[in-house]
Amino acid sequence: MSATGINWFKYSSPQAFHPLAGRMIPWFAAAAVGLIGVGLYVGFFVAPTDVTQGDAYRIIFVHVPAAWMSMFLYVIMAVWAGIGLGLNARPSFMMAQAIAPTGAMFTFLALFTGSMWGKPTWGAWWVWDARLTSELILLFQYIGIILLRSSIDDLRRADRASAVLALVGVINVPIIYFSVRWWNTLHQGASVSITAAPTMAGTMVTAMLVMMLGFWMYSIAVTLARMRCVIVERERQPSWGKNASIQEVVEAR
Amino acid sequence: MQWGSVAEFFAMGGYGLYVWTSFGATALCMGGEVLAVWRRSAAAERRDES
Repeated sequence: MSATGINWFKYSSPQAFHPLAGRMIPWFAAAAVGLIGVGLYVGFFVAPTDVTQGDAYRIIFVHVPAAWMSMFLYVIMAVWAGIGLGLNARPSFMMAQAIAPTGAMFTFLALFTGSMWGKPTWGAWWVWDARLTSELILLFQYIGIILLRSSIDDLRRADRASAVLALVGVINVPIIYFSVRWWNTLHQGASVSITAAPTMAGTMVTAMLVMMLGFWMYSIAVTLARMRCVIVERERQPSWGKNASIQEVVEAR
Repeated sequence: MQWGSVAEFFAMGGYGLYVWTSFGATALCMGGEVLAVWRRSAAAERRDES
């Protein structure tokens, strides 16, 4: 099957993935706590006060990581949904199902912290700016995908319908990302990009990137934990907690 | 380190309300999500064992 001699497809079975996820969660959770701790320390005690925005700029340390996660998680969810549609694989759909609530939460946080930042710097909690509006649409997309799934009783139909909705909605992600360049927005442009030098002090960028990594680790840990719940809820087996004999599995089906 | 005192740290140069509301909301949402998943998994395992 593969040059490495490892059968990667083994973990495409919920039966094999459930314990693997259980073993991985503590590591990702510990990494998340450590990175967020370091990020907060650097963000509050090492990074200097901004010349123009004062200390209000420190909201960036949660705002930007939350906004990035909201977009990353959407793309990852759509990729799993696409794999699910292509290969008709249950675990891929489950993965998409497990990612959606975390993505929605980060989208809400990006909007909320943005509003907290907008008030002191722009003088408004909210403006109908391209960046803000497209991010709000992303929140509605997440909510729509979650509601569509829960409104269809047949799991296989729910999987496919929400996967199609997720895939169609990917179009909004580049719109959010490029909105600050395509339109005249009140929202500032990207502070950090791969091609250009960052427009902030080194320690500010460090704190933001460390927080970003911490949010990644948090998302992986919480998604894996939710994936385990989804597996147990959807795949009724004699018990996921103890090893089932083939006999018991056959009887349960 | 740019903070002279604890009070100065919490004041955040006059932006304390905005900064701490942002960080507080983030902590609440992430903590709440962990708690929700925790409870969901406990419920799933209870049903699984019965």
